[in-house]
Amino acid sequence: MPLRLLKYGLSRDYPVSGDIPATPELKPAYDVVIIGGGGHGLSCAHHLAKYHGISSVAVLEKGYLAGGNTARNTTTIRSNYITPEGIAFYKEGVELFERLSQELDFNVMFSQRGQLTLAHTEATMRSFHMRAEMGKHMGTRTEVVDQKGVEEICPLLNMDYGGPLEILGGLWHADGGTARHDAVAWGYAAQASRRGVEIHQRTEVQGFEVIGDRVQAVQTSRGRIACGQVLIATGGMNYDVALMAGVELPIRCYPLQAMVTQPLKPWLHTLVSSVSLHTYLVQSSRGEVVIGGGSDPYQLYSTRSTLDMKEHLAEGAVHLFPFLQGVRLLRQWAGITDMTPDYSPIMGASPLANLWLDCGWGTWGFKATPVAGKRMAQTIADGRVPDILKPFALERFETFRLLNEMGATAASH
Amino acid sequence: MKLLTCPMNGPRNIDEFQSFGPVRAKLDPNGTADREWSRHLFRAENRKGIVVEWWRHVPSNYFFLAERDLVSNEIVRTFDASELWERA
Repeated sequence: MPLRLLKYGLSRDYPVSGDIPATPELKPAYDVVIIGGGGHGLSCAHHLAKYHGISSVAVLEKGYLAGGNTARNTTTIRSNYITPEGIAFYKEGVELFERLSQELDFNVMFSQRGQLTLAHTEATMRSFHMRAEMGKHMGTRTEVVDQKGVEEICPLLNMDYGGPLEILGGLWHADGGTARHDAVAWGYAAQASRRGVEIHQRTEVQGFEVIGDRVQAVQTSRGRIACGQVLIATGGMNYDVALMAGVELPIRCYPLQAMVTQPLKPWLHTLVSSVSLHTYLVQSSRGEVVIGGGSDPYQLYSTRSTLDMKEHLAEGAVHLFPFLQGVRLLRQWAGITDMTPDYSPIMGASPLANLWLDCGWGTWGFKATPVAGKRMAQTIADGRVPDILKPFALERFETFRLLNEMGATAASH
Repeated sequence: MKLLTCPMNGPRNIDEFQSFGPVRAKLDPNGTADREWSRHLFRAENRKGIVVEWWRHVPSNYFFLAERDLVSNEIVRTFDASELWERA
C-alpha cells in the first residue's frame, strides 16, 4: 500500500511500538532471575510467564539481546541423535518449532526442508543405520538412503564416484529444518515482556551471595537483586558464571567458526552435512550459503576467526559442490561453545537448591531453544526436574552415566 | 598463521601441532574414590587465564608442554616435559 506507507512516513506519531521495551530500572527483588538474554533464557521467561503465571522475572543480559550464540549459530533444527533420551528431548524441540510462529505470533520463518547427512565410509554408514533405527523407534522421520537416494534428494552434489571421498549414502532426516534465529529470540522476548517479564540489557552479573545452599542475591553491574530462583543460561560464559556461584561445571570452551557466501538464487533445498569433511551447508532465506563445521582445535575464550578454519570450510564446501569455487565469502564469525565431555547438555539442578542450570549447549543449542525453555520453566515453577530432563543432570558425570552424542554431530572433533 | 615454538623443532606453524588439553594431576589408582575419578576424567582446567597444556608436534611425534592464555591466546612459553616431572 504505497499511500499508507507515504502517510506513515510523513506522520509525526508513528503508530507502531517496538517489540521489546527499553531496559527498565532494576527492582530490589524478583521471583526468578534468568542470567543470559539469549534464546534459551528468553524462551524460559516466556514459558514461565505464559504457562506458569510467574511474571516477576528479570532476564539479565551482559551485552545486547540475543547477541551471543543465538546470533552466531547456523540454525540447524533436527532430532536425529543416537541415545533414546537425546532423541526424545530433541523430538519435542522440533515439534515446538513446527508451531512456534503461531505460539509467538511472530514469523520465525521455520522451514522444515529436511537434513541430509553424507557418509563417505562404510563405518559412517553403519552409524547411520544405528541412528535411523533408533530414530524410527522413537517416532522421528529418519532413514538411511543409498547413492541413488542421495542423488534424488540433492542432485547437485558431487558424488565423487570412484574417488577417495565417494558418497556411499546418507542419513535422510525429513523432520530437519531451519528457522530465523533472531526472530526466535525476539518473538520470545516480545511475548515475555508483554506478560511482565523485564529484560535488562547491558546488565552484567558479577557475583552471587550464597548463604548455605541457596543463592540469596545476584550482584550485577547495576546493583544487587534478591532472587527466589536463578537460572544460568549464558552459552559460552556458563563455566565462568557458574564458577562465581562456586559450581565447577565439566565444560571446556572452544571457538566455533562459520561463514556465509554472497547471496545466490535458491539452489540448495535441504540442509547438507558431511561427517568426514566436517562441513555442513544450508542456504538461508536471503540466499546466502551458510557454511559451518568443526570447532577450533584447542580451547579458547575468543570469537576471533582464523584463515585456517575458513580454508578448511571452503575446501569441504567446494568438494561437495564444485560450482561454489567462484563464489565469494560475505561474512565470517565465531562463537564460544561450552563443550561437555559427552556432547549432551547439562540441564536441571545444581549443588545449590535454587540455582538451576541450562548449560553445556556446546555446538548444538539453537534447536533446543523452545524445548529447553519450556522444560526449564517447568523445572523452576515446580521446584523439581521433570523425567525428560533427568538424563541430562550434572550428576551423570559422577555416576558415569554419560549420554554420548559425539557421533550425532557434523561439528565433531 | 600462528606460530608455536616447539622446544625441539623451533618455531613452526601451529597447524603442525595437536593439542592434548590441560595437564591433569596424577591420581593413585588404588586410593581414589569414584568422585575424584569423575573429576579427573571430566573436569579439565577451563578458567580464564594461563593454562599448562600438552601439545604434540605431529611430524616428529614429540610431546611437550605450553603455557597459554585462554583469553588472549598468547603462548607464554613452551618447555620439555622433563621439567614437569622435576617439579613434581
